Amino acid sequence: MSVRVARRALWNAVAVVLFLVMVFPVFWMVSTSFKTDDQIYALKPTWFPLHPTLAHFGNAIHKPFFWADVKNSLIIVGFTVAVAMVLAFLAAVALAKYRFTGRKLFILAILGILMLPAAGLIIPLYVVLARFHQVNVLSGVVITYLTFVLPFCIWTLRGFILGIPKDLEEAAMVDGSTRLGAFVKILLPLVAPGLVATSVFAFITCWNEYIWARTLLNDQSRQTITVWLSYFLGSSRNTDWGALMAASTLTAIPVVFFFLLVQRKIAFGLTSGAVRG
Amino acid sequence: MIRARRRRSRTWRRFGSASVPYLLLLPVVIVIGGLLGYPIYSLVRLSFQQYGLFELVQHKGRYIGLHNFGSVLHDTVFWHTLFRTIVFTVANVGLTMVGGTLIALLLVRVSMWARIMLTAGLVLVWSMPQVVAVQIWNWMTNYQNGVFSYVLTELRFGDYFHHDWLGTPFSQLGLVTALVVWGALPFVAITVFAALSQVPKDLIEAAEIDGARGVRVFFDVTVPILKPVLLILTSLSILWDFGVFTQPFLLIGQAHLGPSNYLMGVYLYEEGYLKTDFGRGAAISILMLVIVGVMSLVYLRRMVRMGETS
Repeated sequence: MSVRVARRALWNAVAVVLFLVMVFPVFWMVSTSFKTDDQIYALKPTWFPLHPTLAHFGNAIHKPFFWADVKNSLIIVGFTVAVAMVLAFLAAVALAKYRFTGRKLFILAILGILMLPAAGLIIPLYVVLARFHQVNVLSGVVITYLTFVLPFCIWTLRGFILGIPKDLEEAAMVDGSTRLGAFVKILLPLVAPGLVATSVFAFITCWNEYIWARTLLNDQSRQTITVWLSYFLGSSRNTDWGALMAASTLTAIPVVFFFLLVQRKIAFGLTSGAVRG
Repeated sequence: MIRARRRRSRTWRRFGSASVPYLLLLPVVIVIGGLLGYPIYSLVRLSFQQYGLFELVQHKGRYIGLHNFGSVLHDTVFWHTLFRTIVFTVANVGLTMVGGTLIALLLVRVSMWARIMLTAGLVLVWSMPQVVAVQIWNWMTNYQNGVFSYVLTELRFGDYFHHDWLGTPFSQLGLVTALVVWGALPFVAITVFAALSQVPKDLIEAAEIDGARGVRVFFDVTVPILKPVLLILTSLSILWDFGVFTQPFLLIGQAHLGPSNYLMGVYLYEEGYLKTDFGRGAAISILMLVIVGVMSLVYLRRMVRMGETS
C-alpha cells in the first residue's frame, strides 16, 4: 500500500514539473508584460513583477495601426464565419441526412482540402486574386479563408447533426408538422450548441491565421492583428519587449477565452469516432 | 413498431426529391470549386510558363514547357530542402507522438488534482496563437538576456550567457522543433488520454491476472486499442509538420533565412513568392502538393471510411 502511495506521489511530482515547464512560456509572456523596463532588460530575470505596471499595455494599444488592424481582423473573421456557417450547415445536413451518389467523393474532397498545405497554394491564389483586384483588400482574405474554414465547418457540423436522435424528428413529423416545421422546431434547437461551438472554432482559426493575411494584405492599415504582431519585433537589438509581450497577451486573450469554452466540444472534430471504429 | 418506424422514415425520405441533397451542397460546391478549382487549374498552367512581375501586370505568361520543373529538379537547394524537411518532420512527429503518449499515460496515473492542473495547463498552451507563441520564444531566447539561456546556465548545462540561438542552421531548426513540439504536445496528449479512458479496465485486469507485466500489458492490450487514434494523429502530425510555415518563417526571421535552413513551406514562399518567379514557384508548389497528397492517402482512406459508416 505504501509503495503505491509513494509511486503516485512520484507521478504527481512529475506532473507538477511538466506543468511548470509547459506553462512557463505563457507565464513568462504575461509576467513580462507587467514588469518595468529595468526588470525586463536586467541580466538577472525577475520572476514575479511585485509592482506591476500597465504602461506596456498602454504603449501597445497606442502603437500605430493597432486598433485599425484589430478592426480588420474582426471584419474579416465576422464575414468569414457568417458566410461559412450558413453554407456549411446546408452541406452538413445533406451529408448527415441523405445518401446520394457522389457523397463519398464530396467527403474526400473536403477532407483533402483540409490537408492542403497553405504554402503550396500561395502562388496560384495570389495570381488569381490579383487578376480580380482582390489583393490588398479585406474581401480577398475573406474569400481565401472561406476555402479552408468551410470544409472544417461542414465536417464538424455533420458530426453534431448525426448526434441528434432520429426519433425526435420523426416524433415531430407524427405530430403533424411539415418537414420544414419539424426542422425548425426540433433540429435547429438541438444543433444550436454545435453551431455555436463550430463558429467559435472558426473564429479562432481565422483570428490566428497568418500566412494568407501576410501575403494578401500589404498596407499597414489593412493588415490583421497577427500580421501586426509579427512586424512588432523590428530589429532584435532594440525590441520593446514589454510592449510586445503586452500586445501578445492582448492578442491571445480572446482566443484563450473562446478556446476554453469550446475545446471539449470540438477537440475531437477531426478524430472523433476513431476509437469506436 | 420497428416496421412502422421504418415505413415512416421512408416516407420522410420521399418528401424531398432526389435533388435535395445536391441543392443543399450546391452553394458550397460553387464557392469551393470556384475558389480552389480555378487556382489549381492556373497553378498547373503557371508551372509551364515564364511568369514574373512583368507577366503579372500583363496578366499573360509565356509558355516554356517543362523548363520550370527541370530547373527545380536540377536545383540542389530543392533536394537539400526536401531532405531537411523530411528529417525535420520525422524528428518533430516522433517527439510529439512519443511525448504526447507519455503525457497521456502520466495523466492516467496521477491524482485528480494533478490531472486537472496538467490538463488545464495543456489546454492553455494549445490555445496559444502561433504568432504569439513565436514572439514568446523570440523573447525567451533573445541574445541579450534570454531567460532560456539564463535557466540553462543556472542549471549548470554549460555557459549560455549571450548565446546566439540563431547561430547555426542546426540550432535554428532545433529551436523551431522545440516551439513546434511544445505547441503540438497538448493536442496529442489530450486526444490520446481521451482514447485511453475508453480502454476497458477489465481487459487490463484480465491481462494482469494472466501474469502480464506493465510494459507487456501496454503493448499487447493498450496499444492495439489506441492504434486507430495514434494512426490518425501521426498522419495529421506528418502533414502539419511537413507543411509548417509560420514558426520557422517568423522564429528564424528574414535576416537569417536562407538555403541552409529552408524547410519546404519557407522555401516555396521565398523562391516563388518573394522572388516573384511565379512560374517556378508553381512548379515547386505542384511537387510539394503531390508529395503531401501521397502522404495523406492513408489518413483520407481511414476518414472516408468513417464518414461512410456513420
